[in-house]
Amino acid sequence: MRNLTFANAIEDALAQAMSSDPRIIILGEDVRGLRANLLVRFGPERVRNTPISEAAFLGASVTAAMAGLRPVVEIMLVDFIAVAMDALLNHAAKIEALSGGRWKVPLVVRTAAGGGYGDGGQHEQCLWGWLAHIPGLAVVVPSNPADAGGLMLAALQQESPVVYLEHKLLAENWLNSLGSGGRKTVQYDVPQQGARGQVPGTWTPTPIGQAAIVREGSDMTLISLGVSVHRCLEAAKLLKEQGVSAGVIDLRTVCPLDVETICKEVGKTRRMLVVDEDYQGFGLSGELAAVVLEAGVSARYGRVCTQNTIPFARILEDQTLPSTNRILVASQQLLEHGG
Amino acid sequence: MDSWLVYRQMLRSRLFEEAVAVLWEHGLISGEMHLGTGEEATVAGVVLQLKDGDAMALDHRGTAALLMRGVDPYLLLREFLGQPDGLCNGMGGHMHLFAPEYLAASSGIVGASGPAAAGFALASQYLRPGAVSVAFFGEGATNQGMLLESLNLAAVWQLPVLFVCKDNAWEITTQFSSVSHSGLAERAHGFGMTAVDVDGSNVEAVWEAARKAIQLARQGGGPTFLHASCVHLHGHFLGDQLLRLADDPFSEMKTSTLPMMKSFLRRRGAPFGVRVHGIRHAMTIISQAPARKAIHKKDPLLAARMKLESYPEQLLELETAIQLEIQQVTESALSSMLAQEGNLS
Repeated sequence: MRNLTFANAIEDALAQAMSSDPRIIILGEDVRGLRANLLVRFGPERVRNTPISEAAFLGASVTAAMAGLRPVVEIMLVDFIAVAMDALLNHAAKIEALSGGRWKVPLVVRTAAGGGYGDGGQHEQCLWGWLAHIPGLAVVVPSNPADAGGLMLAALQQESPVVYLEHKLLAENWLNSLGSGGRKTVQYDVPQQGARGQVPGTWTPTPIGQAAIVREGSDMTLISLGVSVHRCLEAAKLLKEQGVSAGVIDLRTVCPLDVETICKEVGKTRRMLVVDEDYQGFGLSGELAAVVLEAGVSARYGRVCTQNTIPFARILEDQTLPSTNRILVASQQLLEHGG
Repeated sequence: MDSWLVYRQMLRSRLFEEAVAVLWEHGLISGEMHLGTGEEATVAGVVLQLKDGDAMALDHRGTAALLMRGVDPYLLLREFLGQPDGLCNGMGGHMHLFAPEYLAASSGIVGASGPAAAGFALASQYLRPGAVSVAFFGEGATNQGMLLESLNLAAVWQLPVLFVCKDNAWEITTQFSSVSHSGLAERAHGFGMTAVDVDGSNVEAVWEAARKAIQLARQGGGPTFLHASCVHLHGHFLGDQLLRLADDPFSEMKTSTLPMMKSFLRRRGAPFGVRVHGIRHAMTIISQAPARKAIHKKDPLLAARMKLESYPEQLLELETAIQLEIQQVTESALSSMLAQEGNLS
């Protein structure tokens, strides 16, 4: 076992994969600066800077994948993926189906997501539910270094497109460049368990589509992903002091959802609270309610999500994004009714 | 061009943004902060010629343009501090600034100002004949599809747009010339519009080029592409890693160069020669650090000031007045914040 930061875990897993699979190339804006460690080990042909042309280089990555490469294409922040959405929505996601299964797109789209460092509404979105909405895309969101590396390896081994989202509060390089900028005068609520942790000496893939039960509980089930998993764990600890046993599921993968684990846990507690940093309406939180209902599991349901455009002002931002406090309030409501 | 008016606005913008930098350093402003220091001549040469009904589409670096257009610096500062009485009620921050009274809208998405300016111009064709719109963007944005598409749209509809490309040659750590072919003015010309190269650090040159372009647009002669070379005195954004590297090579080396050397020496990977090639690319980025510091020599403010130095008394009076204004704005923006915090506790 080794102890690595979240960002280094991703890089380490990528390096392991790159050293055994010469088809893997990295491309994106500024990647020679951002991924300098991989640049000096694997050379400039495999770490390529692109112009600020997301539509072109994401579109090109789709066919490069179809023609035999394994591109890891970086869209700096997921907010910017909107510019290149056609490549994902109408091409990467659909080619396998439209070709009758004759042609696959082994593409990894790597992108940073999430807020909590006061960067404003065009730089702090999550959008994983929006992406997972499209049939044909797998979407993964690790919450700790071990899963970050394991899911990257799994994404690279997948024969179909995977969107890999790394939360900026966990990835120190992103938080350093976009949040603090080298300042010691700003503080962000970084969950330490997510930003650094134990990882295996040699990476093995973390299966895509498998959630993790990160805390057992008998009274209610908190279902979450990314940074919010850590907010849930904190809330669960506080609930324990009040005599409430709250379990926490880390989804790890948005699509495909691990319906079995979700239904099993919710079936035990009969109370589910979804904590999702992505937008509330028409997204992951609603989908989770739907799959539980479809499975015939009856449960009380609540959710703590982002309802509106994320404000720039830190105070307003704190009120908008899921927080431990909001989870506690919502948990109380869930427990008060229908106990 | 009134050199005094222009210098006054450039200096005001500079001092304002320098005050912003201090507040950011102190942690009072969160997130990123892209300053327009070094772009003042390009911005002033265009914006100071705008009139009522004209519109501005701005990028993530729009503070100088708004300030020169007439937006209250207090409102800008309060916005950056994330306060409810800021320009956008603390919702936007410096990358998302909106001033409907000036038809001025920003975007944090690179290239978005192209279509935005085209749309403003389209509306003016119907509703405000003779009015123009300006798009400000960096050279990096000129490889963004939506910007190129908007050049064609503006040309084919003869929209009254002035596309102003502020070219500092760098996209964060990527050199523009390494990811882009062909001259930009040449490219714009290919879309069917007048395109001119101008020294964006020379405010008179910008003014003259913009004057012609704005006149053409007001008369229904369609768009112009103004390619203005300039510098970014504070790098891409505050805390720019390359500037930090130049300021404090030792501690930055520890965090970036050591892991890089370790990775270079790792077993399994490319052959030695290819790795050396990789190192060379990494060094190209790192070796830019001192160059980023050296661009102060091209400070447009100093050039504009030089023209006025034969009137030292007037100059002193003007500079003192501007300093005082910015100081007062900063103090009052901060004092209401401190007062609020006092109320809370």
